[in-house]
Amino acid sequence: MKFNKLNLLILLLIIALPFVSACSNSSEPAPAEEPAPVEEPAAEEPEVADDYEELTNTELILATTTSTENSGLLDFILPTFNEMFGIETKVVAVGTGAALQMGVDGEADVILAHAKEQEEELVTNGDTLERFDVMYNDFIIVGPPSDPAGLLDNAPADVNAGYALIAENQAPFVSRGDNSGTHIKELSLWESSGVGTPSGDWYIEAGQGMGDVILMANEMEAYTMADRATYLSMKDDIDLEILLEGDETLFNQYGVMAVNPEKGDHINYPAAQRFVDWILAPETQELIAEFGVEEYGEPLFFPNAK
Amino acid sequence: MDNFASGFRDAFHIIVSLDPEFFEIVRLSMVVSLTATFLAAVVAIPFGTWLGIKEFPGKRILVRIIYTLMSMPPVVIGLVLFLLFLRNGPLGDFRLNFTATAMIIAQFVLVTPIITGVVFNGTKDRGPDIQDLARTMGASPSQTVWLLIRELRINILSAVVTGYGRAMSEVGAVMVVGGNIKGHTRIMTTTIAMLRNMGEYSLAIATGIVLLLISFLINSLLYHWQQER
Repeated sequence: MKFNKLNLLILLLIIALPFVSACSNSSEPAPAEEPAPVEEPAAEEPEVADDYEELTNTELILATTTSTENSGLLDFILPTFNEMFGIETKVVAVGTGAALQMGVDGEADVILAHAKEQEEELVTNGDTLERFDVMYNDFIIVGPPSDPAGLLDNAPADVNAGYALIAENQAPFVSRGDNSGTHIKELSLWESSGVGTPSGDWYIEAGQGMGDVILMANEMEAYTMADRATYLSMKDDIDLEILLEGDETLFNQYGVMAVNPEKGDHINYPAAQRFVDWILAPETQELIAEFGVEEYGEPLFFPNAK
Repeated sequence: MDNFASGFRDAFHIIVSLDPEFFEIVRLSMVVSLTATFLAAVVAIPFGTWLGIKEFPGKRILVRIIYTLMSMPPVVIGLVLFLLFLRNGPLGDFRLNFTATAMIIAQFVLVTPIITGVVFNGTKDRGPDIQDLARTMGASPSQTVWLLIRELRINILSAVVTGYGRAMSEVGAVMVVGGNIKGHTRIMTTTIAMLRNMGEYSLAIATGIVLLLISFLINSLLYHWQQER
């Protein structure tokens, strides 16, 4: 098993390969930063362009919740934005708690999340600038087709009654358990349904993202509360069915906020400003409404910017 | 840097407050990793030793496979086991997904090649001499393996410590097959991953500090024991 020189050389080359390609990657974007398209579209919309600060940095960090990324919405709408302004948007998809924390820490430039009260707190504290409604989607209660708690028969559109039934029957329920917007919403529903704080072997706290929780519920033949977008994107691979939907309290409002540029020079406010205006613009709102229609026959997000 | 400072404060607070939920997490982490490492050691020590002294066709390729498995990403192991354990999967009847048993199996699969590889490495250098010694003393094959294990115990110990370290620090596999369920399959590394995702950075750092303290204690114990021998 002795190495001769050739073997050693090959080995060194293999080890060095990732570093070499990493270098060439990082040098590539450099020329791409120069081109003019940054100016061009701005010239087409002179009215708004006057308000924008000059774009010096083309990298925008968007902190958002897993639902917008996992559902594929961002992949659908973001290329338009990136092309329009010559901006490279880096999406960090985490739980709502972490997304908001990134804003507080000045680690992101713009936030797209769905926990209105906490978001408004950030605005009040001066961590971010004004918050705008962007769109909403809705939560649904999914469960095994056998529906042991009888939601479909007794409470197909009344979430308080549905939750009471699940608790009464001690039917397994997987909770996100991760302080996410979805988790906070779920806890408030247990409260309003009169169950209070759920506990017991039937109540499973996962501490994971929506996709993982849906998979777990599917495996454990349990109920869970999911956002419609994530559920529909997984529907073909799982047995879970929608057993309760359409209750108005299950609507889920998304908001956008630019991080306060006073947090430091590293905040890319000019790009964030463009992002906020772009996502609220009628064309983008139409794009959001189109998303998912082709694949699922129904929209996943309902734009409602004012 | 605030997160680190408050992380140390929180770590201290967690330890002195004796929070039962946290201690359950620590307990389960140790039970899972120690069980997996023990089972892996039972398989890997004799196997690695045997591999170190025995010559047979195909040995070189087998050794290379073991070395490759030593760097197998935990999340891949988790994924493969998860798919095998699915309700409709080949081993679905055992209902292993989201149980501590599945986590032990995952860490066992992860650690066995590591202990095997390290034991093999130590044995192949010194093994033949010890084997000659055993032969001149007229030892039976099983006595020979026993003599090898005794003579090479320091190498074996470091193999086991390495394996345990890998099991204890791993998050990818146990997250997938365990599911990080509160009170059932939540261990220290999955807690840290979850806390980070929740934006609870200082609590995450605190949990990491406790994890390192435990590793330090266990390593100190093992090396102390090794020096006494």
